[in-house]
Amino acid sequence: MAQAAASSKRGFGQTERRDLWWVEPLAIAIGLSGFVIYATWAAFQGNNYHYGPYLSPFYSPEIFGDSPHSWFGPLPAWWPLWLPFSPALLILWAPGGFRFTCYYYRGSYYKALWADPPACGVGEPRAHYRGERKFPLIVQNIHRYFMYIAVLFLFILGYDVWKALWFTNPATGAVQFGMGVGTLVLAMNVSLLGGYTLSCHSMRHLLGGRHDEVNKALFGRGCYNCISGLNRHHMKWAWFSLFWVAFSDVYVRLCSMGVWSDRRFF
Amino acid sequence: MALATFSIWRGEAGQGKYCKYTTEFSEGMVVLDVIHKIQAEQANDMAVRWNCKAGKCGSCSAEINGMPKLMCMTRMNQLDLSKPVTIEPMKAFPSIKDLVTDVSWNFRVKKQIKKFKPRPPDAPDGSWRMSQEDVDRVQEFRKCIECFLCQDVCHVLREHQLHDEFVGPRYFVYIAALEMHPLDTEDRISELAKAKGIGYCNITKCCTKVCPESITITDNAIIPLKERVVDEFYDPLKRLFRMFRR
Ligand code: SF4
Ligand code: SF4
Ligand code: FES
Repeated sequence: MAQAAASSKRGFGQTERRDLWWVEPLAIAIGLSGFVIYATWAAFQGNNYHYGPYLSPFYSPEIFGDSPHSWFGPLPAWWPLWLPFSPALLILWAPGGFRFTCYYYRGSYYKALWADPPACGVGEPRAHYRGERKFPLIVQNIHRYFMYIAVLFLFILGYDVWKALWFTNPATGAVQFGMGVGTLVLAMNVSLLGGYTLSCHSMRHLLGGRHDEVNKALFGRGCYNCISGLNRHHMKWAWFSLFWVAFSDVYVRLCSMGVWSDRRFF
Repeated sequence: MALATFSIWRGEAGQGKYCKYTTEFSEGMVVLDVIHKIQAEQANDMAVRWNCKAGKCGSCSAEINGMPKLMCMTRMNQLDLSKPVTIEPMKAFPSIKDLVTDVSWNFRVKKQIKKFKPRPPDAPDGSWRMSQEDVDRVQEFRKCIECFLCQDVCHVLREHQLHDEFVGPRYFVYIAALEMHPLDTEDRISELAKAKGIGYCNITKCCTKVCPESITITDNAIIPLKERVVDEFYDPLKRLFRMFRR
C-alpha cells in the first residue's frame, strides 16, 4: 500500500478527537475488572454461598460441596489437598468462558483493556497486529460451544429458582411453598441471563442466521426475528446480567452472613 | 452571521501542514459549505472532492475533529466552535492533494470479489421466486454509498495498514449482501477467512459508528459472516459431521 494521507501514523492515545473518547473505555475497564475481582474473591471464599433455599449463581450447579444443594455430596477424598477447592471453581469456567468469548465483550475489552484501538480513531500503543486470525485469539471462535453450555446453565439456574420457592419451617421441619426477596433476586437473575444467552450472536446464527432462506430455520422465521430483536440489545443484556449475577451472589452472601435479613412475602 | 475558524490540512502526497482560515457562516450551513466559502474567498487552489451535497454520493468523506464524517452532512451547529475545527483528509488512503485522497484501492478490492451467481430460474419464463423477508435482510447492505468512512476508521487499515490482507468493513457488507442472498449459489466463505482477512476484524464496531447510512455493519454483516466462517473452519463437530457425510 502506498503512503497514507496526512498525518497518518500517530502515537498511543493521539487523536484529533475533541469529545471525551476515553470515558467509555474507562467505564468498561472499571466495570469488567470490578466484576472479575469480585467474582474471583467470591469464588475462592467457599462459604456463605447458600441461605435457606437460595443458592448463589456463582456456585450453581454445586457439583461437590457441603450445602444441601450439592449434587454428589461433599468433596471426594481423591481431591488433591494442595489444589484449592471451592464449588464455584469447578463450574465458573463455563459462564466465564461464555462471556470472555462473547462478541460484544471481545470488542469492548480489546478496546478498554488492550487498547487495540483505545477508541475509534485514536492511536494505538503497538504496531504489530494479528487480530483474531492467529493463535491465541483464533480460539475465540469456540464461542458457540460455550453458548451451548450456557443454555444448560439456564435450566439449572431456573431449577434453583423453583427450589427457592420451597422453604423449610425451622420449627416443624415441614416444607412449604413461599416467596422471599431472594426468590425474586434469583428469578431476575435467570431472566437476565436468559436474555443475554438468547440474544447471543451465535444463537442468532444457529436459529436462522446461517440460512439464506430463513424459513428453513430450526424454529422458523418468527423465532429468528425474535432472536434478532433481542440481539439488537445484546450489549444491554450483557451488562445488566453481569451486574445482577454479582448482585445475586452479594444478596445470598449477606443474608447467609446475617448482615441482611431476607424478607418473606408469604 | 457567526465566525468560525477551520484548521485544514493542506499538502500533497502526504507532505503538508495545517492552515487556519477564519470565515463567516450562517444558520443551516454544513461543513462543506464553509469549505467552499473558504475555497472561493481565501484558498482558490484548495482541493476538495464533492458531488451531491445530499449525503448520497459518498464523495466528501473527510475527518472532522478526528472523526470520519461526510462534510455535507455535518452541520455547523453540531460543532464546538470555541476552538478551530480540524478538517483532514481520510487517513487510511494515500493523499493526493489537500482533502482529496486516492480511494482506488477500494475499487480494486471489489473487483476481486466473486460475483453474484443465481441458481437456475425457478419458473419456465426465466424468473425466480423468493420471499420478501429474505431479500429485506440483504436490503440493508445495499444502502451503502461507498463513502469509505468505515474503511477509514477501521484500525486494521488506518493504523496497521493491512490493505493487502484485509478487505475492510465496506467489503464485508458487500460480501454479506451476496452471500446471504437467497438466490446466490457462490461460496465466498473460504476466501473470506483467507485472502479477505475477516479474522483481522476484532469487532470494535467503529465502522458501524461512522456509517452515514446507519448500516449495522458489525452486528448484521461481519459477525454473521464470522459465524459462517466458524461453521466451515473452526467447528470441530461440524467438521466431523461433514467427514462422515462424504
Ligand atoms: S468492527 Fe471490525 S471492520 Fe469494523 S472498524 Fe472494527 S475492526 Fe474494523
Ligand atoms: S458501509 Fe457505510 S460507511 Fe461504509 S462505505 Fe458504505 S455507506 Fe460508507
Ligand atoms: S455474542 Fe455475546 S454471548 Fe454470544
